[in-house]
Amino acid sequence: MMKTLLEIKNLKTHFFTHEGVVKAVDGVSLKVDRGKTLGIVGESGSGKSVTALSILRLIPQPPGKIIGGEIYFEGQDLLKLDNKEIRKIRGKKISMIFQEPMTSLDPVFTIGHEIIETIQLHQGLNKKEAREKALEILKIVGIPDVEKRIDSYPHELSGGMRQRVMIAMALSCHPTLLIADEPTTALDVTIQAQIIKLINDLKKRFHTSVILITHDLGVIAEMCDYVAVMYAGQVVEYAEVFTLFEKSLHPYTQGLSKSIPRLNKEVEKLQVIPGMVPNLLNLPPGCPFHPRCSYNFEKCRSENPELIEIEDSHLVKCHLFTEKR
Amino acid sequence: MEKLVEVKNLKKWFLIGKSPLGKKELVKAVDGVSFYIEKKEILGLVGESGCGKTTCGKAILRIINPTAGEIFFNGQDISHLSRKEMLKFRKRMMIIYQDPFGSLDPRMSIGTTIAEPMEVHKIGSKKEQEERVIQIMEKVGLFPDQINRFPHEFSGGQRQRIGIARALATNPEFIVADECVSALDVSIQAQIINLLQNLQKEFGLTLLFVAHDLSVIKHICDRIAVMYLGKIVETAPKNDLFNHPKHPYTQALLSAIPIPDPKMRGKREILMGDVPSPINPPSGCRFHTRCPLVKQICKEEEPSLKSSNNIHYVACHLVN
Amino acid sequence: MDRKNNQLKETRTQELIRRLRYNKSATFGLIIVLILILCAIFANYLAPNNPSPSPPELFNALKPGFWSQKGIEGMPLGTDALGRCVLSRLLFGARVSLSAGFVAVGIAMILGITFGTVAGYYGGWIDAVIMRIVDIMFAFPALLLAIVIVTVLGQGLSKAMIAIGIVYTPQMARIIRSSVLYIKEMEYIEVQKAIGSSDRRIIFHHILPNSIAPVIVYGTLMLASAILDCAALGFLGLGAQPPTPEWGAMLSKSYSYIVSGAWWAATFPGLAILFSVLGLNLLGDGLRDILDPRLKI
Repeated sequence: MMKTLLEIKNLKTHFFTHEGVVKAVDGVSLKVDRGKTLGIVGESGSGKSVTALSILRLIPQPPGKIIGGEIYFEGQDLLKLDNKEIRKIRGKKISMIFQEPMTSLDPVFTIGHEIIETIQLHQGLNKKEAREKALEILKIVGIPDVEKRIDSYPHELSGGMRQRVMIAMALSCHPTLLIADEPTTALDVTIQAQIIKLINDLKKRFHTSVILITHDLGVIAEMCDYVAVMYAGQVVEYAEVFTLFEKSLHPYTQGLSKSIPRLNKEVEKLQVIPGMVPNLLNLPPGCPFHPRCSYNFEKCRSENPELIEIEDSHLVKCHLFTEKR
Repeated sequence: MEKLVEVKNLKKWFLIGKSPLGKKELVKAVDGVSFYIEKKEILGLVGESGCGKTTCGKAILRIINPTAGEIFFNGQDISHLSRKEMLKFRKRMMIIYQDPFGSLDPRMSIGTTIAEPMEVHKIGSKKEQEERVIQIMEKVGLFPDQINRFPHEFSGGQRQRIGIARALATNPEFIVADECVSALDVSIQAQIINLLQNLQKEFGLTLLFVAHDLSVIKHICDRIAVMYLGKIVETAPKNDLFNHPKHPYTQALLSAIPIPDPKMRGKREILMGDVPSPINPPSGCRFHTRCPLVKQICKEEEPSLKSSNNIHYVACHLVN
Repeated sequence: MDRKNNQLKETRTQELIRRLRYNKSATFGLIIVLILILCAIFANYLAPNNPSPSPPELFNALKPGFWSQKGIEGMPLGTDALGRCVLSRLLFGARVSLSAGFVAVGIAMILGITFGTVAGYYGGWIDAVIMRIVDIMFAFPALLLAIVIVTVLGQGLSKAMIAIGIVYTPQMARIIRSSVLYIKEMEYIEVQKAIGSSDRRIIFHHILPNSIAPVIVYGTLMLASAILDCAALGFLGLGAQPPTPEWGAMLSKSYSYIVSGAWWAATFPGLAILFSVLGLNLLGDGLRDILDPRLKI
């Protein structure tokens, strides 16, 4: 079996709006190994969610369009599949969970109905068998009193319970890849901790690979094996999780990690990245981060650096490091 | 130190309907909360969603009228003042909201928005007001030439600066900051936190900082009160609370926060279950349904806030 | 860098114009309405003849227009039963119809905004009383109610305008009320309470300016129905009285001649009503899409 499950090469997803072209994802390359978790971290507008949606080809079109790149999943380019083939992969081999479970669950159906339907659709079981399966998976994700809860409607459940249901649905067909888009952002901290533990446990149990999208470096540290930091539609740094937190190289990653208040460290003043996230319609020339970067020099203003490998699986997109070589 | 704000047994119940038998259904959002804020102090009010922290902040400002209890501002009870009597206190206490999009009138230029509190309270002439607006805009990091622009032309972080500028316009002593950084991007959040800290020092502000994020609270506050289901369960100075949390809920809350350091991974105790509904809160100690250390007395008797040293207060049978 | 980003964003007006241009039917509607307004304003200059000469030039009665050899020079759309130039009467009629529409909708707006805002903002028993009255008024067909009011007030164009204005008030009040109810819950209104603003200030500075979008949309759509209802009242002889060149009245005085072949005297006022109503409706629908996608029904 190949070690790499998913490989994205030079993905470009642009949105063609009246005001101009929004380069939401502009040349992203990533890799996910089997059984591992890749975290994609970035601020709003960094393109992290669009990258995830592009994998499943769920970009609203128009205005969006994947204009270039390849996405190899188990050796097959997802961008070359026709609609019928990609539908077979969605939900069966790759599932997705979202930030707000309330809006992704249909309020007129019971939670059991939805899970049973997914199982029937992808596994060809009859209704009774599918119900058994659904009960089993709901029990695994920690829903108490499953026999009763399977017939409740989404609004009768709390936010944490709904997220568990979403996870149960996503895992009901034993996908090889789970994409989780800010799965804990809408939840309270104590519930967030429960869900993080649940996903970590399930990942081990089913040997599923996970792509975790978040803005929270704490969640990244808690769950991921590898991390990609995104800024303005591009990956600026990619590293193993310990490397990233101990010796991050890109000025943006460093700034980001210094700008969050921490429980385990006392600082008088937070370090700040000046300025704001750039407008994707009007990106600055050269490196998109240069106007906010304190190290910026001549070359940064004219030339966008390449993502290069500094050491084993530690990639950085910054002229500070291209120069040295 | 002198107390600027003191709240005694504050309650806010919302009527959400009547059962067919005519029994009132109440959400006891805030149910008997007492605390004080000293002058120039930043008090953090922390808790999970639905614990009543926001309601509490708004009730102190009389944006929501409390159901019961007393609110003292500078020694005077303001909980029963009429709208007119309240007016002279309004310019001394302001609020900053969470949502930088919803809290600014989309049809009003930011100059007018910031000047509005001064206009309402008839402070200064038109010209003086404009000068003050420009002065505050510079203080919060906006450009004076943006004065005639409208909210939709600004990013989230800048809008939050506008909200802060408006809150400062009348030179208030007390500001309630309601989750004012939680809707912002990480890099912008740090900018706003630093700005608030600077302004607090410069103007000697007293702040009630309402938030759910304990790391932010820890960074900015002097003292912290932890709320759970409409009650305060623990209140203590920052270092006491973070180094020696006494209430099992505070301990669980602290342990639940994901720390941005992969070496700390998995070292946590996880609280089971969900927050119960505030419509029918559990009897006795409200935390007993989730508490890992629960005893029989917890289910029967409600613990009150007690302290051994008059600084660190805890409402738990096991501690007191 | 911060500033650059800001300057890129367009102003509200620019955005509005751009979105209007994208919406073809709205643009078409706007063109019709603009033509109509220009006709109304410049009727004195555009009209080739006096719309109501006195004494009537009966020897010119029911002459066809430019399409026929029998037509009279200078009367391109023919003449009516009293020998008056149809084109001139149409142009002056635009003035009458439009102003009738505007006045009626204006009355409806003033009353509707007042009652709707009071009901929505204060709520409670005031709301209950106002909205029950509105419900009662909705129980009558609009035109029937207008006829009753005109009968009480007496005939004439100005009375017809008032009647239509009153009949449209409940609709406007409901629209405003729902819009006020929505805006009242916004945080920027809650801030006003924290600041200590008076109710008057909250209503006039914040709630009304933000509820104006649906007023414009429904005002435009209402203008169309007001013109139609005004014409209907004119047709029934309850609105504009002769010799006022009002489209509905023109239609009613001429339709009987269609049988004898003089179709033009009735057809052109009919087309004028049709096009102005169509134009206003297209514009109103377009504005709804542009100003407030939330209101899509």
